[in-house]
Amino acid sequence: MSLPHWSYVAMLAFCLAGTLPLIPAFRLRVLQQPRRLLLTILAAGAPFLAWDLHATEVGHWRFDEAQTLPWRVGGLPLEEIAFFVVIPLVAVLTYEAVRAVRRRDRADRPPQRGEVR
Amino acid sequence: MTYTAIAVVGVLAAVALDLWVARTRLTTTGAWWAAYGIIVFFQLLTNGWLTGRGIVRYAPDAIIGTERVTFVGDGRLVYAPVEDLAFGFALVLTSCSVWVWLGRRSGEEEA
Repeated sequence: MSLPHWSYVAMLAFCLAGTLPLIPAFRLRVLQQPRRLLLTILAAGAPFLAWDLHATEVGHWRFDEAQTLPWRVGGLPLEEIAFFVVIPLVAVLTYEAVRAVRRRDRADRPPQRGEVR
Repeated sequence: MTYTAIAVVGVLAAVALDLWVARTRLTTTGAWWAAYGIIVFFQLLTNGWLTGRGIVRYAPDAIIGTERVTFVGDGRLVYAPVEDLAFGFALVLTSCSVWVWLGRRSGEEEA
């Protein structure tokens, strides 16, 4: 396999490289809840994976063999299946990081009148 | 159904899940929109990579645009069909909604 075959893998690696550091940076307890995380990935990813299988089947889109790894499952490159694991994870980490920042900001300033914490 | 049609259905289904099924109501919170704002920026970058290089190629009869891959215009934004924005929005909202819903059920709100 030549370097271009890793083009899609590179994109997934970039997504993880950008978001996994959020875990230590904001002390996110996402990985400590493996069941919740796994169920989220399964429940959110599955309908979109089904959509993807259908769209690939009927030819809405296709994947360049020169820029993906050779393995296919149901016509999809493995990277495309990994996409539906990576993106839900990235979404959850970004959302929880934003919430962590907001909690910290709230804690740093005096409570507003009538504010529920 | 074309990609355009399924993308619209996907967005509506995700919003319905958030507002009425899981009742997580993330789309009424600033925190979720802030997170989505960050994500959509990086989606344009990473999806631009996938589509601009032709790692993923689209059938012209499934999308608003044509098979011509342009930076902006012809139904495309940073090389990707605009439908991808709907796909991404639906996937990100569904993921966050399920995550928050499961957290509420188990009493594990914070992460």
